[in-house]
Amino acid sequence: MPEPYQLEKPPLKLGWLFEMAWRDSRKNRSRLFLFISAIIFGIAAIVAIYSFGYNVKKDVDNQAATLIGADLSITSNKPVDASMLQTLNTLGDRRSQERSFASMIYFPKGNGTRLVQVRALQGEFPYYGSLETTPITAGTDFKNGKKALVDQTLMLQFNAQVGDSIKVGSVTFLIAGTLNKAPGQTGISAGIAPIVYIPLQYLTETGLMQKGSRISYNYYYKYDHDVNVTKLIKGLEPKLEKANLNYDTIDTRKENTGRSFADLTKFLSLVGFIALLLGCVGVASAIHIYIREKIASIAIMRCLGVRSTQAFLIYLIQIISIGLIGSIIGAALGSLIQYLLPLVFKDFLPITVTTDLSWMAIGQGVLLGVIISVLFALLPLIAIRNISPLNTLRMSYESVNLLRDPLRWLVYVLIVGFIVVFSYFQLDSWPASIAFTIGIFIAFLILTLIAKLLMWLAKLLISNSWSYLWRQGFANLYRPNNQTIILMVSIGLSTAFICTLFFIQSMLVRQVSVSATTNTANMILFDIQPTQKQPLAGLTTQYHLPVIQQVPVVTTRINTINGKNAAQVKKDTTIQVSPHVFANEYRVTYRDTLTPTEKVIDGEWQGKAKDGAEVPVSIEDRFAKRNHLKIGDHIEFNVQGSPVKTLVTSIRTVNWNKMQTNFLVVFPAGVLEDAPQFYAMLTHVPSKEVSAKYQQAVVKQYPNVSLIDLGQVLSILDELLDKLGDIIKFMSGFSIITGIVVLIASVRISKYQRIQESVLLRTMGASRRQILVISALEYLFLGALSALTGTLIAFAGSWLLAKFSFDIPFSADVLPAGGIFLAITLLTITIGLLNSRGILNKPPLEILRGDV
Amino acid sequence: MENILHIADLSKTYQSAGRTLTVLDNINFSVTTGSTNAIVGPSGSGKTTLLGLCAGLDRSSSGLVELNGINLGNMSEDKRAQVRNQYVGFIFQNFQLLPTLTALENVMVPLELRGERNIRARALDLLDKVGLAERGHHYPTQLSGGEQQRVSLARAFSNQPKILFADEPTGNLDAETSEKVIKLIFDLNKEAGTTLVVVTHDLELAAKTQRIIRIKGGKLVSDEKTNINA
Repeated sequence: MPEPYQLEKPPLKLGWLFEMAWRDSRKNRSRLFLFISAIIFGIAAIVAIYSFGYNVKKDVDNQAATLIGADLSITSNKPVDASMLQTLNTLGDRRSQERSFASMIYFPKGNGTRLVQVRALQGEFPYYGSLETTPITAGTDFKNGKKALVDQTLMLQFNAQVGDSIKVGSVTFLIAGTLNKAPGQTGISAGIAPIVYIPLQYLTETGLMQKGSRISYNYYYKYDHDVNVTKLIKGLEPKLEKANLNYDTIDTRKENTGRSFADLTKFLSLVGFIALLLGCVGVASAIHIYIREKIASIAIMRCLGVRSTQAFLIYLIQIISIGLIGSIIGAALGSLIQYLLPLVFKDFLPITVTTDLSWMAIGQGVLLGVIISVLFALLPLIAIRNISPLNTLRMSYESVNLLRDPLRWLVYVLIVGFIVVFSYFQLDSWPASIAFTIGIFIAFLILTLIAKLLMWLAKLLISNSWSYLWRQGFANLYRPNNQTIILMVSIGLSTAFICTLFFIQSMLVRQVSVSATTNTANMILFDIQPTQKQPLAGLTTQYHLPVIQQVPVVTTRINTINGKNAAQVKKDTTIQVSPHVFANEYRVTYRDTLTPTEKVIDGEWQGKAKDGAEVPVSIEDRFAKRNHLKIGDHIEFNVQGSPVKTLVTSIRTVNWNKMQTNFLVVFPAGVLEDAPQFYAMLTHVPSKEVSAKYQQAVVKQYPNVSLIDLGQVLSILDELLDKLGDIIKFMSGFSIITGIVVLIASVRISKYQRIQESVLLRTMGASRRQILVISALEYLFLGALSALTGTLIAFAGSWLLAKFSFDIPFSADVLPAGGIFLAITLLTITIGLLNSRGILNKPPLEILRGDV
Repeated sequence: MENILHIADLSKTYQSAGRTLTVLDNINFSVTTGSTNAIVGPSGSGKTTLLGLCAGLDRSSSGLVELNGINLGNMSEDKRAQVRNQYVGFIFQNFQLLPTLTALENVMVPLELRGERNIRARALDLLDKVGLAERGHHYPTQLSGGEQQRVSLARAFSNQPKILFADEPTGNLDAETSEKVIKLIFDLNKEAGTTLVVVTHDLELAAKTQRIIRIKGGKLVSDEKTNINA
């Protein structure tokens, strides 16, 4: 009898598994690294953004005091009443006050005019940081006379020098210095609303403090002794709220600025995450092919007694190691890239950002990289468990289907779960993170479906009448082990990204340009006093300009909604009205008809008020939706002290894109005619020159009137979009680079797939040129189809965005899209051919023996 | 004599295009310990399938495979892997060396799996026996076909198997190399006292064994002893 068998369960032998993983990876390491390099740029993006985020948080914490410039600031958009002022005067050891408002200023030297933000300041504000000026002393000196500090962009724009003068309202000020930076100011805010500081004592003299002017009253307080400002202000909160005063402390500013930057970095890290996912799809596809090539080796190992778990672990160790290396390289690259981020974001940052190495960000990036590369590689890896040792005797590809493992569903669940959880940490909302995951899934699905459709079409279209080279190149798109889907997804997604960005930017700019050049209104004048209405219209006609519209504007507030005031609404959680509704000021108009840009969608428009009844008002649909207002609601308005009871009788849509004076609330004729009011006027200026002359005349004669020139808005918008575009391009750059890496990896994988075939062709006498042509054609089709798919998706995406998000007519530039299409196609062919060169330069025998 | 391998009522069927394909039909035989045996038959007769079942590389559709007293039919693939590691050696027609491992490492793998010590010296000794002591650091692609098969032989004997299965061991070799490899197989087999089961359609090779089992159309058609003595 044979000796009784004893099969004690042997240990996993982890050390040996590591050794086998190391040995097995020989000759494959560069390939493995190439696969995993697809995640490098995604990790780099995330680590860079995270590092930037951590640094910004730290810097906001350190510099919060200079953001606000004082220990406490209190703001009101109406004059503070005497009793409240008494209370405010008890705050702080040192006090400053400021009035800020939009107004035109006039540069006498060059006859230039411009809408700016005037800040009339009294006191030593800012107590933390300084008004950064050139010369430095100007920041404090300007308060000692009729002197002004003018924003550096304005100084450059109007070629003004220190020592020149500007006219604000009726007063001429000497430019004491160039304002380089005010507390909390960003490059972007300086571009949109450049600041001019004047001493507060001359404000009344300017004549700009008229009824209806939109003025912000700011009070700044500094404590010289230790005071818990947060605690102090909490005690004052009810009183401040009642008087509609807002406050800001260093802590609240820290929190708000920190939060908005945290939101920004979270959003950007999601963009980086998309690049990472893209890379991971590349990794999964590459590992799938890698494992397929390893079937024979795995079968031999199984034959020799390696258990399925051991075989699985050998390859898992390889993936974890290479994932770890890829992630570390990505993290290192990200840490370097973060040095660039302050440059990219400089116009949006109110603080100086440091670029310290963030170990936290690096750790998170590396962990994320390893987890995600393993998760995606698991799909092909789990199939290793099912590779039979029988393959040593008879290799049967049919019996080795790497995708038919039921465990793959668990892996899919893990991947989806991971994406949802990761995006939850970025978005802080489960519905949003689920929506993000579904969005990603749909994008990938669309690209995959299109790729499948193209492969099917390729099969259908291929014809025997084509030359052999064309047939061969075209057929490679759908033959086994093709790279069509992965390339289509990666290159398509990258192309779609950049094209959509480009289309939207040019559509927005074009939309404004069109408004600026047609005969519709392109200049709006506001803050016109009733007495100035007629003479200003006369002046406009003198310049041969049309008075397109003159509308009255009445400033109001809301007292109650359905009988409930701010305090009651705040207490009653069942009412879905934001308390802010009561804090805001509403500029309303009155008329008896609707304008062409308005359309009633609910209720009935009533143009005339009836005596004794509640005043019928019309509200804008989005305003109604936001505040859960409906037909039949009762709103009591406070029209400069007088209560006016109204009834919502109609809800209307407003096309805000038309240059028109549009309003959230429209009163009927016959109610507000006697209320304090000002006018807004629309005109059309045919050219820059006429605009400049007309503006000068208006500012000279009516210094309180402000003008917005659409041409100027256009240039600001263009600049803003350019700056935003830079950030988006920078971020989408990661996806594009990932796409290119996936492309290189895919082409290199397909090189191994095509190698035998090319060698066979060569042994049968095919020339180098013929093999090159076959490869070039394959990559031409792949590149062109991927780029075309991406461009088409960009067209569709831009159309959807234009229609539903921006509400502007869709138009897309075909020429630049064609340029992107050509560039991507050429890039694919170039990379493809560069990789094929290796095969052509080696003797066929060397390849047949498997030495490559 | 003891039986190292016992096959009873063994059948293997496949489902193909909706019909059942019988590759092996009711095979019965036993192999005594230390004997040399050949399974011969024309291409497609089912001899490689039979070898796969005997060595525990595959599961039968019905019947019994007992290797060293162990019924392989009830075992999981992992358990069978363990049986293979402990009792079985393999030689394949296409050598089946792990391409990323050197010749020496290929020989060491079965020993490493068993967790044995001082394996390097033993592996080198085996390589020396097949005449490749100097080529231990070479990769399979750097070796000729005959050299690869000799490494494969050294690997097969490294775990001191009780039974050695060889699938067309000379199928990919020229006549001269074949002869050298066959001699090595039998010499090493004799020295180690291993049972040999060789699948071949090379009748010259078969004639060197003590017993020839003929398979045709999935059925055992003859089972003859030769004149070779143990």
